[in-house]
Amino acid sequence: MKHRNLIFFLVVLACFLALPLVIKSGYFLGILVIVGLYSIVAIGLGLLLGYAGQVSFGQAAFYGVGAYTAAILSGTYGWPPLLALAAAPVIPAAVAAVIGRPILKLRAHYLVLGTLGFGILVYILLKEAVGLTGGPSGYTGIPYFRAGGLVLNSDVQFYYLIWCLVALTLLGAWNLVNSRIGRALRALHGSELAAQTAGIDTARLKLKVFILSAFLAGLAGGLYAFYITFVSPSPFDFHASILFVLMVVVGGASTVWGPVLGAFVVVGLGEFLRWAVPLVLPKAGGEFEIIFFGAILVLVLLFRPEGLLGHRRGGRLESKVQKEAPQPCSR
Amino acid sequence: MSLESQLLQYLISGLTLGSIYAVIAIGLVVTFNITGIFNLALGEFVTIGALAAISLYAAGLPLIVAFVLAVIVAAVLGALMERTAIHPARNANATILTLVIITIGVGIAMRGASLLIWGTHPYTLPPFSAHAPFTVGGATVIPQSFWVLGLGVVCVAVLFAFFEFTYLGKAVRACVMNRTAARLVGVNPNRLSLAAFTVTGALGALAGIFITPITFATFDMGFMLGLKGFVAAILGGVTNVPGAIIGGFLLGILEAFGVGLIGSGLKDAVAMLVMIVVLLVRPSGILGSLHREM
Repeated sequence: MKHRNLIFFLVVLACFLALPLVIKSGYFLGILVIVGLYSIVAIGLGLLLGYAGQVSFGQAAFYGVGAYTAAILSGTYGWPPLLALAAAPVIPAAVAAVIGRPILKLRAHYLVLGTLGFGILVYILLKEAVGLTGGPSGYTGIPYFRAGGLVLNSDVQFYYLIWCLVALTLLGAWNLVNSRIGRALRALHGSELAAQTAGIDTARLKLKVFILSAFLAGLAGGLYAFYITFVSPSPFDFHASILFVLMVVVGGASTVWGPVLGAFVVVGLGEFLRWAVPLVLPKAGGEFEIIFFGAILVLVLLFRPEGLLGHRRGGRLESKVQKEAPQPCSR
Repeated sequence: MSLESQLLQYLISGLTLGSIYAVIAIGLVVTFNITGIFNLALGEFVTIGALAAISLYAAGLPLIVAFVLAVIVAAVLGALMERTAIHPARNANATILTLVIITIGVGIAMRGASLLIWGTHPYTLPPFSAHAPFTVGGATVIPQSFWVLGLGVVCVAVLFAFFEFTYLGKAVRACVMNRTAARLVGVNPNRLSLAAFTVTGALGALAGIFITPITFATFDMGFMLGLKGFVAAILGGVTNVPGAIIGGFLLGILEAFGVGLIGSGLKDAVAMLVMIVVLLVRPSGILGSLHREM
């Protein structure tokens, strides 16, 4: 099994290495870069949702804080880009460490609302702290990413950088879920009480995964800032947070690969809809594609709650123990 | 304008806003009590109610007919949501978390539909009565504020009568106290769940229609209003209606003073901050232990 996974991994890796030789269009490479960035966020959220059984509707906030950290440190304070990029995941992780313990005590609805509220709060702060972030019109003046003598400013270069990082993140996540911690996480997902009985410090474990997910979101955010060389608050609003959850749910939260597939599906579908819908409805404007994303989220949860790549394994997002009593058959 | 009249002005706009939050929060609390889930799509019913009323009114219907029809549209959509998304998920033994994410999915699908139908323009309705604004103690009051406050009072009165004097109301209260026991004495939670989503849709639409002459209506007006309904409900302890009403007014006043004293850009931040603090510090709400049930 492990062997087959490794071969599969290598084949996929080879395909990704060869892809820019085939695809010359900057538009498609740009999309692939964005898919890679979202994949990094989604892998982190997948660990949180599928393994630790906790949800976060505030992931875009960590992504945004990472992006602004990289932007401001390199732009305003003149830090070398490599150092600014290294700081980008650290600040969101620190934020997660501070808010994590109280917020992860919340359950189901309250966790959804608490993280959603946190995400909106950060979004408002990014918009209103004009002196620091440039406010709603955005932050310009991010230097090109350079490491040593190498300057990264083309889609191809970012494609390789980001997908290498996706591969590393995947390997790391794969190692994690197949380690002692991964088994502890699965135990926690199965039943928090049973996991505690087995001697697992569940609160600490949930916090660690939460911090890891914020770290990965911040890393993707920092890369985004250097790729676009401009940041504004709008890509980090609650819609983005919902899209991250959608990626994880569609791809399958209980697999390491699932969120990457989810990122492909969500980004690809978004681009397709933005191209196709105006052909049918010429007046359509704004983010109308959310109508389909909403419908897909509902349909997947109704008919394939384990996601595209998942295997049916009983309760998906939460332990069965916490479920309500079954409905009556009376009508 | 003197400081007192300024503060009075904030208080009046706070009460107006609070009334809307309270109406939305009541819908949330009723749904939560019956079904055990938060309907995070609620804000979209506010939008659809307001925009449907505007379209019907623009089509030449009298204002009152447009209102009634818009409320019915929202109620039907609420019922449809329960039957097509919530009910099947429950039958498939979905967890509470899954159900809540489903309501978010329904919500963004509805927002996308509103965007496709009505576009991004702001719309408005004429005020319900044609009086000119007047001044009280130096503060300006628009007559629509009275309509909004009146809506809050009427909703509370109707709900009180419903819970106290009707069979269905008592069944709901029974369901709140103990779902299984209620089922044993013949209350059907399935049918109540359908009723709850329908009523919530209608209440949301009412709130949307009444606030439109003051704030304008856009396709994305509902999300924040719905979320603030949650903040109000959480402030009040989630399961009790009086708490939700108090929470609604409290939030409205806090926001109005926040806007007046800090600045309008942080208006929504006030509500989010209140929600997070209450969730973390006092999850049972400010009235939590005082009123256990209705």
